[in-house]
Amino acid sequence: MPDQEVVLITGTRTGIGRFLAEHFVSRGALVEGCSRNPPDWSLEGYTHHCLDVADEGAVRAMFVDIQKRHGRLDVLINNAGIASMNHILLTPLATLEKIMATNLYGTFLMCREAVKLMQRHRYGRIVNLSTVAVNMRLEGEAAYAASKSAVVTFSQILAKEVAPFGITCNVVAPTPIETDLIRHVPEEKIRRIVESQAIKRAGTFEDVANVVDFFVKKESSFITGQVITLGGIL
Amino acid sequence: MTYSSEVPIERAGIIELITTSAQDVLQMRDGAGEQLPVLGEETRLIGQGAILDSLGLVSLIVEVEQRLSDELGINLILADERAMSQKRSPFRSIGALADYICDLIAEQGAHA
Repeated sequence: MPDQEVVLITGTRTGIGRFLAEHFVSRGALVEGCSRNPPDWSLEGYTHHCLDVADEGAVRAMFVDIQKRHGRLDVLINNAGIASMNHILLTPLATLEKIMATNLYGTFLMCREAVKLMQRHRYGRIVNLSTVAVNMRLEGEAAYAASKSAVVTFSQILAKEVAPFGITCNVVAPTPIETDLIRHVPEEKIRRIVESQAIKRAGTFEDVANVVDFFVKKESSFITGQVITLGGIL
Repeated sequence: MTYSSEVPIERAGIIELITTSAQDVLQMRDGAGEQLPVLGEETRLIGQGAILDSLGLVSLIVEVEQRLSDELGINLILADERAMSQKRSPFRSIGALADYICDLIAEQGAHA
């Protein structure tokens, strides 16, 4: 069984997920990652699983593999997410279903299976990603923000249920960051979001990693069910 | 009795697996030095006279799932809708849970 920290991050092919994978590998962790398509990069200390986070069978198979190879899991970061910015009158039900499947069902499945591994060692750190769109009630993001609101509530209740096992669950809600997720959002809309922040700049991957680092520290054992929103959105 | 799966699974083996899991859960709850109750098929897992509280039962179910996977290569979800909707809970005793697991393994084998 490895002495190194074992970390699972979802949605690692690009963006925040990839940055976090590199970040945790650089500090000596054994990192497992996943995405629907294979990444065009590789890293020593990193193992990739190609799967849909909402596919229960595939998710369970990945955890069986992690259990067999590492015998444990210390940290889970649910980063995988999709968005669709559109007026509610122009949003097909299929879009809502896809968003809920990836953002909520995926987070649910990952957390459930992770807790099964973590509770054996009476230790675990879970960080789920939300968005400033929840606090800001952004028009055009009803489906996306609703899915992330559900993630927040789910995380807070999970935090209570898994606390007796020594597992914490917290949420980080980033501001717009240059990723695939906001590639189709008009520049003007991004500018308005940034203007409404107390700190008027775009977020960075490092900003997210900083909060994640805080939540996953061993010393953060008394912090659970909390949401940290970046950029000073109130 | 033997049930179909990749490897022959005896009911007695499942009883032993559940018993060992329950001992681990109790030990984790009470500490390694504590005297453990004698466990057997009739040991109640829920309701009056149960050896575990609700959180302990959750831990036991997860532990049994993990051991089935680790030791026998069988991946089951024990707390599914079917288990929850049965008139007589499959989690009422070690024996009942063993029967339920054997049924699931047999079904899995039949569908494999």
